Amino acid sequence: MTALALSLKNAIIRYGRMTAVDGLSLELRPGETLGLVGESGCGKTSVARAIAGLQPLSSGELAIGGEALGGSPAARRRDLQRKVQLLFQDPASSLSPRLTVGALMAEPLKIRRTYSAESWARIAALAESIGLGKQLLPRYPHQLSGGQARRVALVRAIAAEPSIIVADEPTAGLDISVQGELLNLLRSLRDRLQLSYLFISHNLNVVGRVTDRVAIMYLGQIVESGSTRQLFSTPAHPYTRALLSSNLTVDTQRRGDRIVLKGELPSPHEPPTGCRFHGRCPVARAVCATTQPRLETLSDGRAVACHFPSETGFVQAMTG
Amino acid sequence: MPALLQIARRPGGGFALFAVTVICLVAIAAPLIAPYGPNAIAPAKRLMDPSFQHLLGTDHLGRDILSRLIYGSRVALGVALSVIAISLIAGVTLGIAAALSPRAVDFSIVGIFDIVTAFPSMILALALVAVLGPGLGNVVLLVSIVFIPHFGRVARAQTVALRNSPFIEAERVLGAERWRVILHHVTPNIIGPIFVLACMDIPVVITIEAGLSFLGLGVRPPLASWGSLLNDGYTYLEQSIWLATFSGLALILATLGFALLGEAMRDTLDPKLRKHL
Amino acid sequence: MSEALVAIEKLNVSYPGATVSAHVLDSVDITIGHGEAVGLVGESGSGKSTVAFALLGLLADDADVSAGRAAFDGRENVFATKEAEALRGTEIAMVFQDPMSALNPLFTIGTQLIDIQRRRFPNERRSQLWARAERVLAEVGMPDAPRRMRAYPHEFSGGMRQRVVIAMALLVEPKLLIADEPTTALDATVEAQVVEALRRLRRRTRSSMLVVSHSMGLIAELCDSVVVMYAGTVVESGPVKAVLRKPLHPYTRALLACEIDPYADFDPEQELATIPGIVPDPARRPSGCIFAARCTESHARCSEPPPHRQVEAGHRFSCWQDASR
Repeated sequence: MTALALSLKNAIIRYGRMTAVDGLSLELRPGETLGLVGESGCGKTSVARAIAGLQPLSSGELAIGGEALGGSPAARRRDLQRKVQLLFQDPASSLSPRLTVGALMAEPLKIRRTYSAESWARIAALAESIGLGKQLLPRYPHQLSGGQARRVALVRAIAAEPSIIVADEPTAGLDISVQGELLNLLRSLRDRLQLSYLFISHNLNVVGRVTDRVAIMYLGQIVESGSTRQLFSTPAHPYTRALLSSNLTVDTQRRGDRIVLKGELPSPHEPPTGCRFHGRCPVARAVCATTQPRLETLSDGRAVACHFPSETGFVQAMTG
Repeated sequence: MPALLQIARRPGGGFALFAVTVICLVAIAAPLIAPYGPNAIAPAKRLMDPSFQHLLGTDHLGRDILSRLIYGSRVALGVALSVIAISLIAGVTLGIAAALSPRAVDFSIVGIFDIVTAFPSMILALALVAVLGPGLGNVVLLVSIVFIPHFGRVARAQTVALRNSPFIEAERVLGAERWRVILHHVTPNIIGPIFVLACMDIPVVITIEAGLSFLGLGVRPPLASWGSLLNDGYTYLEQSIWLATFSGLALILATLGFALLGEAMRDTLDPKLRKHL
Repeated sequence: MSEALVAIEKLNVSYPGATVSAHVLDSVDITIGHGEAVGLVGESGSGKSTVAFALLGLLADDADVSAGRAAFDGRENVFATKEAEALRGTEIAMVFQDPMSALNPLFTIGTQLIDIQRRRFPNERRSQLWARAERVLAEVGMPDAPRRMRAYPHEFSGGMRQRVVIAMALLVEPKLLIADEPTTALDATVEAQVVEALRRLRRRTRSSMLVVSHSMGLIAELCDSVVVMYAGTVVESGPVKAVLRKPLHPYTRALLACEIDPYADFDPEQELATIPGIVPDPARRPSGCIFAARCTESHARCSEPPPHRQVEAGHRFSCWQDASR
C-alpha cells in the first residue's frame, strides 16, 4: 500500500481560549481531490493553514508522505512542509507587491537554490502554456487581472514541486464562464504532476463536480466524510442534508425540499454540549444534548458523527 | 526620472530639490569652488565687510567667510549623512528584529526605544557628549544613538502591519528562510516611509551638530562647521554681523531644503497619491 | 392588462471619455409588472448593476443617461426629472450585497427600524412604530426579535444583518424592491434563510422585485421572469421556466452549460464547459452582434445588428438564429 499523501490526526488548534479546530483527522490519498466543506467560522481555513505550516497545531499530528513532522529535525521538516503548497483565497494579495511577475515566478527556484537556465525555462514554459506570455514577466502584481494573478500564484506553487496543493476557495469571485477553465487547469495539472488536492470551498456545485471525496465540517469538527457521490446522493448527517438542500441549483425540481435551519451558528467560544449541531438539528433527541457522537464508519465506507444517521431509504423519501 | 519630476511638482518641492542639490554639489566640489583656503589666516584683513575680494567678508582672524561656509557644508552634510546612515541601519535592523521576535524580546527593544525617546534629543546628546568628551567622532556616534529609536519604531510598526500579510505567508509556504523574507519582502515594503523620515531628520541632525559645535562640543578649531561659525560670529557680533548672518542663512537654507524634500517625498510615495510605480 | 410598474425602453448609459465614450448600457428594455419578480442575470461587465443604479438615480454625475421611455408607476420620464431620487427610500428600496453599508453602526437596530418608517407614518407614536418594527423583524426570521431590537449592527452575523435590511425594506413597503446580489456574501444555509425571508416578503407585500445576480440558481429560486444581459445589452428575456428550459440565445445556452449540476450524471474525465474569450471593451463595441466574437454558432450575418424576436408569451431574444430550430 502506498503511503498517504497527507494525514492529520486528532488536530486541535486553539487561539487563546477559543478552540477553532477540535480533534480533527483527515487523510489525503495520492492523486485524489478531497473537498473540505463548511460555513464561515467552521475552522476550515485554520485546517488549511495548519497543513501549509502557517499555523502550529496545539496538539495532534501532521504527516506528509507518510512521514510525521513532529520529531523530524528542523531541516527535514522544512523539506516536508515544502511538499504542501497553498493557493490563497485572494491570489493578488499573495504576491509580493514590489517584485515583477518574472521575479515572483523565479522565487521558488531561488528559495530552493535550484535556479538555473533549464529550471527557469521549464517554469517559463509552464507559465506560457497556461496563458502567461512573456509580455507579462516585467509587470507588477497590481497590473495583473484577477485571473492572471491566480495563474501566477499557481505557477509559483507548482515551481516549488509540491505533492499536495491546498486550494482555499479557488473559484471565489470568478465568473461562471471562466470558473470551468480554472478547474480544468487544476485537474490537468493534478493528473500530469501526480498531485493531491485539498479543495476548500463553500461552492457545493463545484465541490460536487471536482472532488473524489468530501469532508463536511461544523464548528471545528468533521460531521461526515465519504465519497463525494455517496455524500451528495445520500447524505447521512442532518447538517449535510440541510447544507446540500440549501444549495441553489438551476434545476429547482431535482433538489427536492429545502431544509431551512433554525437559528445561527453557535459561537466557537462556547460550543454547545453534546452534539454541536443539536440546537439546530431537525431530528435531535434528548441524548444529542448530552453525549457527543463519535465519528464512526458506516458499512458503506463513509464516516458520520451522529447518533441518528439517516438510513438510505429515509433520505430517498425526503429528497425523492 | 518621473519620481523626481513628481517631487518637483509638489509645493516647495522644486525649491527643496534645488537647495539640496546646490548644497550637495558645494560640499563635493568645495576645494574647487572655495576662493581661499578655509583656514588661511590673514590678520591684516580682520572682520572685513563683503567685497569683491571676499564676497561674504572675513572673520576675526581674517579668514574668508565664503570659503569657511563652503567647507562647513562638508561637516554639516558629513555628520548628518553618517548619523542618518548609522541610526537608519541600526534602527531598521532592531525594529524588524523586534517585530519578528518573541514577545519578551520585542518588549525589551521597544522599552529601550521608549527610554531613549523620553529625553529631548538635544539634551540627551549634550549629556552623552559631556560624558564621552567633545570631538566630531563622538558627536556622530552619540547623535546616532539618539536617532535609532526614530527609525526603529517606524520599522517595527510597518513590519508588524506586514508580517501576517498573505504575500509574506506565501513566501513562508514556499519555504523561504527568514532572512530571505526580511531582505526581499519585508525591507523593500517598509523602506519608503523610512527614507522620508530620514530626509526629514537630516535638518534636525544638522542643527544638533551646529548646536553642539556652537557650544564647543563638536568640531575642534580650526575646522569650520556652521555651528562653530555661528558661535564665532556671535562672539564678534558687535564688530561685524556678516559671519553670524551668513552662517545662519546657510543653516536655514539646508534645513528648509531637506525638510521640504522630505515632505514632498512623503506625498509622492504615498500609494494613494501615487499614479505609477 | 394594466400598465406595468416599471417600463423602460431603450435605456442607454455611457460615460464620456477623452476620445471615445464608454457605452455601458445599449438600448436596454426592462418591464416589471405589479407584484412581479424579475431577475437580472449576467457576468461582471454585463451592466446589470448599472441598470439597478439607474433606477435608483445613483449613477455618477458624468454618466450620460437617455431612454426612449422610462415610466414608473404611471409617471413618465423618471430619469429626466430628478424623480428617481425622490422615489428612492419610499417607493423604491434596495437590499445591497453588503448589509453593513445600509446600517448605521452608531444606532441600535430598533432605532433604525423606527426611523425608516417616519416618512410613511409621520403621525404615529414611537411605541406604535416600535411594535410594528418588532413584528416585521420576527417575520423575516430573526430569532428573539424583541431583544435583538436593542442590539447594534456589529452584534449581528452577516445573515442576520441581511435580514434586518430586508425588514427595513418591508417597513418602507416599497412598490419596487431592488436586491443587488443579496446572498452572494452568505454561506449556503444562511443564504437559504435569507431566500426564505425574501419569499415571505413577496407573499406579504405584493411588492415588485428586481433581483440582480450572477447566480442563475438564485434567480430560478426567487423570480417569475429573467433578463439575461451581456456586455450592456439584453440578449434574452422571458419567464424563468421558459428561459431555463429552452434558452434561445447562444449566450444563455453557454452560460447555462457552465452551471454545474453536481447531481447530474457526469464523466469525471470530461472537461467543464467555459466561454472562451473576453467581454468586449465598452469603448469599442462591435457594430454587429455583441456576442459574435465568443459565439460558437456565429456566421456571416452576425456582423450586422441582430433582430429582436419574440416567441410565445414574453419570451424574447436577439439573434440571427431561428427560434424554431
